[in-house]
Amino acid sequence: MTRVAICGSALDAVAGVADGATVLVSGFGSAGQPVALIEALLEGGARELTVVSNNAGGGEVGLAALIRDGRVRKVICSYPRQSDSWHFDAAYRAGQVELELVPQGNLAERIRAAGAGIGAFFTPTGFGTPLAEGKETRMIGGRSYLLEYPLPGDVALIAAHQADELGNLIYRKTARNFGPIMAAAAATTIVQADEIVPAGALDPEHVVTPCLYVDRVVRVERDRVWSGEGL
Amino acid sequence: MSTVTGIDRDALARVVAADIPPGSFVNLGIGLPTRISNHLPPDSGVMLHTENGMLGMGPEAQGDQVDPDLVNAGKLPVTERPGASYFHHADSFAMMRGGHLDICVLGAYQVSATGDLANWHTGQPGDIPAVGGAMDLAIGARHTFVMMTLLTRDGRPKLVPECTYPLTGLACVSRVYTDLAVFLIQPGRVVVRDLFGTSLDTLITLLGVPLVDGTREAAS
Repeated sequence: MTRVAICGSALDAVAGVADGATVLVSGFGSAGQPVALIEALLEGGARELTVVSNNAGGGEVGLAALIRDGRVRKVICSYPRQSDSWHFDAAYRAGQVELELVPQGNLAERIRAAGAGIGAFFTPTGFGTPLAEGKETRMIGGRSYLLEYPLPGDVALIAAHQADELGNLIYRKTARNFGPIMAAAAATTIVQADEIVPAGALDPEHVVTPCLYVDRVVRVERDRVWSGEGL
Repeated sequence: MSTVTGIDRDALARVVAADIPPGSFVNLGIGLPTRISNHLPPDSGVMLHTENGMLGMGPEAQGDQVDPDLVNAGKLPVTERPGASYFHHADSFAMMRGGHLDICVLGAYQVSATGDLANWHTGQPGDIPAVGGAMDLAIGARHTFVMMTLLTRDGRPKLVPECTYPLTGLACVSRVYTDLAVFLIQPGRVVVRDLFGTSLDTLITLLGVPLVDGTREAAS
């Protein structure tokens, strides 16, 4: 008996995500975005979500669809504006979605800190800028820093390349991005993998996310077709 | 309105590329700085970092090379060079913040005479703010260079006594490459290292920033 659940469908995998949940969503643009899990979340009906992700969705799929359908109350991200982010843009301008803008490295470190049991940390990034307003600052060794807090999730939705039956994960190229740190930062980590292999089939030296961070895995076939995204 | 015309973008990219020491670890910002990679000699050993988790990034992908899992910070498909590596986002920014990158070259709306950078937000009401990695990049590398046109399209200087746009980072820029001149931002002064088709006096009048002539030092 292993702790990870291998799910039969993406809808099963996201079952139980509550209204008002904070959901960490991997991906940098479409690279590593768990589109099947997000669409299942949309179908599952959860509302009033806080989404933590680098971007705020593009085009009509994944995060963009979740925002289009009014399921998202707040977005915490570094870069919401894209050439095809019209659903976020419209929701933001209409006051339907709140935005917390976080510099990308601080976003990543806040997520990492949440998974690593760190209470808060001082970072130089953002000091002296409008994004430091209201934050505690300190001079350490002659350099100025500001205090940032961890960013844990109730749920993380992750896209991985390979999972084994225990939940060990391997990613592919720059689709890795936020996956490993988000997997560690959520109470429940749900993974869509291109492939699920037997335990022992992954070289232990190559495992990127060890299985103790992973709760549910579903295999999702994926065409690696370029979506024509940019900026 | 100024009538001076300096060098074009590719000539400027060549100037920046020539200043990047062989073997450096470098991050090139989205937009104009991306062009620098076209002018790095193949044997320079310069390794490009992209903040979405890769060291050893190659040129933009063409045709069959396009892989949606392999993109640059502008989310455009790229390729990998032999010896490339991948890492997660927290490691990628630790690399930057921890001072492990030698050089970062960024675009800018404005740079101040003391090296403050404004390049993430115009501050216009109604603009949706987006910061991405700009603030981390600005303060992260050992040397932060800016590459930009010296004037806006309507002729206003972008090297200014003090930034009026929202800041990205304080006193972080050490060098500014523009189509009209290369500026070195040093403690208490701005030195002009190279001039392209203009004169020091013209620049002083244009910018309203005190400038020190460093063109002879550079030539010797």
